[in-house]
Amino acid sequence: MKRYSAFAITREAMRQHTGWDRAWAKREPKKKYDVIIVGAGGHGLATAYYLGKNFGITNVAILEKGWLGGGNTGRNTTIIRSNYLQDPSAAIYEKSRSLYETMSQDLNYNVMFSPRGVIMLAQTQHEIRGYQRTAQANALQGVKTEWIGPQRVKELCPIMNIDGPRYPVLGGLYQERGGTARHDAVAWGYARACSDMGMDVIQQCEVTGVRQENGKVVGVDTSKGPIDCDKLGMVVAGHASVLAEKAGFRLPMESVALQALVSEPIKPCMDVVVMANTVHGYMSQSDKGEMVIGGGTDGYNNYTQRGSFHHIEETVRALVETFPMISRLKMLRQWGGIVDVTGDRSPILSKTPVDGIFVNCGWGTGGFKAIPGSGWAMAELMAKGQSPLTDEFSMFRFREGKFIDESVAAGVAH
Amino acid sequence: MLILHCPYCGVDADETDLHAGGQAHLKREGPGSSDEAFEDYLFMRENPKGVHFERWRHVYGCGKWFHAARCTSTLEVFGTYPAQTLEPPQDIKDKISGTRPGWSWGIFK
Repeated sequence: MKRYSAFAITREAMRQHTGWDRAWAKREPKKKYDVIIVGAGGHGLATAYYLGKNFGITNVAILEKGWLGGGNTGRNTTIIRSNYLQDPSAAIYEKSRSLYETMSQDLNYNVMFSPRGVIMLAQTQHEIRGYQRTAQANALQGVKTEWIGPQRVKELCPIMNIDGPRYPVLGGLYQERGGTARHDAVAWGYARACSDMGMDVIQQCEVTGVRQENGKVVGVDTSKGPIDCDKLGMVVAGHASVLAEKAGFRLPMESVALQALVSEPIKPCMDVVVMANTVHGYMSQSDKGEMVIGGGTDGYNNYTQRGSFHHIEETVRALVETFPMISRLKMLRQWGGIVDVTGDRSPILSKTPVDGIFVNCGWGTGGFKAIPGSGWAMAELMAKGQSPLTDEFSMFRFREGKFIDESVAAGVAH
Repeated sequence: MLILHCPYCGVDADETDLHAGGQAHLKREGPGSSDEAFEDYLFMRENPKGVHFERWRHVYGCGKWFHAARCTSTLEVFGTYPAQTLEPPQDIKDKISGTRPGWSWGIFK
């Protein structure tokens, strides 16, 4: 792999950019791999990357039904934060956030990580108590967050109206090193690094069946023919239930649509990410100048990657009160993704009833921020059979009542 | 917008008049049930890409709970029916079989 650098750009500028390699190789599947990862989104690619980097397992294929990073990795609002309440969540999300800090250098790919700060607004008395509690929990967990008052919120985000009659800003939970990253670049950077290690990233390859012998996985059937493997990682987010059914077990989760939208580009006006959880709205400004707005989920199961319009209306209506200047903005586009939501709104990184199959799903409405940490932990789980980061996230925790109850997991009330 | 026919008051209600109530036809567990049965009842929801049976409440209308048969991959509505039943009525099952032969959902097919 030719490294990207200022020198490489200069060199290629001299010769009409004729010397660039493909970022990742296009390959056909081999007969057998040590590990097959299903799902070439951020989480799947990160899992493969850390299998190679941390454990030297490089005979790996990453199979993707559609195109690389075309699912929720390309459909989120790119927010990165780790201000969770419960210890197991804080551990894996903070691991993830810290990996984002050095990801561009690590992957030699600019993921445009921008630690611009994230404010979660408190707009009710209940939220004040909740976020003050989270700030205390974060202090104990070693996650740097702080509770800030309304005046400090106004300083950080001057375009905000903190005296709204219906949704006044009463303070906020501020994580200075939270922020955003370029979501596609995260998938592309991991894919390039995986390909460079000799892994096969195979797109338009749908898994149609999971083959087992004596309770152990031996391979998968795909639209490009059967492929054998010793271990199988299922990292397919909203379609996890569908794939699990092909492997003969069920997962405690439901798939619903989550929507987001962006405005026309405007001049820089907001250099912080703001989440207003009472109204199911969050907003940041992209480098192109678009205001990126995330909304709430629908209340019913859905696999169509489009949601109900009235959620957009509710989100925007509430945000207009808090950000009066956006009231005349035209919205350019809106989209939906299928998110996998578990009973306690925490993810599943787990062994399964089938020997050799591991599952990574249930990130629900907040998966993007978790990509590197999730991959790191999932790789350890698959390579060693156990990881301190995944111990609490077993799919069997529901039977035992060992929930990781994260009402803040999506940044919205559920 | 999703539009469901309320089988009680006869109104074709917009989604904004309704509240989604999750999977229908749950078998309630109680004292003496095993941990596995409780796990199934509380957390192991049907999550099909296709035919699904759900509870809905006509919350800004007559206020009553009813059931709906819907497809989660096309958003097609097969029909709605009163909640006082242990399984979907035969006419709705037949309607589903018309376009999706061989369908199954939980214990129903």
